[in-house]
Amino acid sequence: MKLSRVQELLEAVVLSGESHLDDEVLTGFGCDLMSDVLCFAREDAILLTGLINKQVLNTVDMANMNSIVFVRNKMPSEDVIKMAQEMNLLVMSTKYILFEACGMLYANGLKGAHLR
Amino acid sequence: MSYELVFEVERGDFETAGGASRKIKKTLQQLGISSKIIRKVSIAGYEGEMNLAIHSWGGTILLQVEEKEIILTIQDSGPGIPDLHLAMTEGWSTAGVEAQRMGFGAGMGLPNMDRNADHFEIESKVGNGTKILMKFFL
Repeated sequence: MKLSRVQELLEAVVLSGESHLDDEVLTGFGCDLMSDVLCFAREDAILLTGLINKQVLNTVDMANMNSIVFVRNKMPSEDVIKMAQEMNLLVMSTKYILFEACGMLYANGLKGAHLR
Repeated sequence: MSYELVFEVERGDFETAGGASRKIKKTLQQLGISSKIIRKVSIAGYEGEMNLAIHSWGGTILLQVEEKEIILTIQDSGPGIPDLHLAMTEGWSTAGVEAQRMGFGAGMGLPNMDRNADHFEIESKVGNGTKILMKFFL
């Protein structure tokens, strides 16, 4: 699925990394616990989360993940957006809750990004 | 090939924590290390960096890139871990509210370092601090 389709399905606002909207994503991981993302998420996946701090960006970077969607209308601070821009990372925000956002993407073909 | 870098990590600094791991990742990319190995080193190093910020009184991360292996040595001067067996148990954590707010402190850090490293050693003494040695074979 193209990331532009993810944006469309989730009616998401793009906060950084717009140039990646043409990239493909195959799997997703929904989680508010970065420890578990580092343990269980597959690389190249999109992360859906309600946490909006800098450590979310670091987690995605270290785990070689694809992009981030902040759920529940969460908007990060200017500092976090600036850091995402410097990292050239696609970050979006959607009004949907985690359950709904994951469900919409799964129903449209995105698979779970679990390691096991 | 032999390369060495040291990073200092301050106690409780959740604003800049992760900076050392990002630099380590970039360095390894510049050295042409495979992305599969970089991911393992990055995740293990980042878990270690967050542990230093969350639990220690401050410490260092030493990166050594040798011909056949990458070595990460994560060291602090305290407070030390009273029960290493418990600390290595998935789900067991003493992290505070601030760490949990960042999405950490779920008791997965040390086990995840062990999982990603090809060789993992930890020694700790209350009052003296903790030293973690991880090797990643190239």
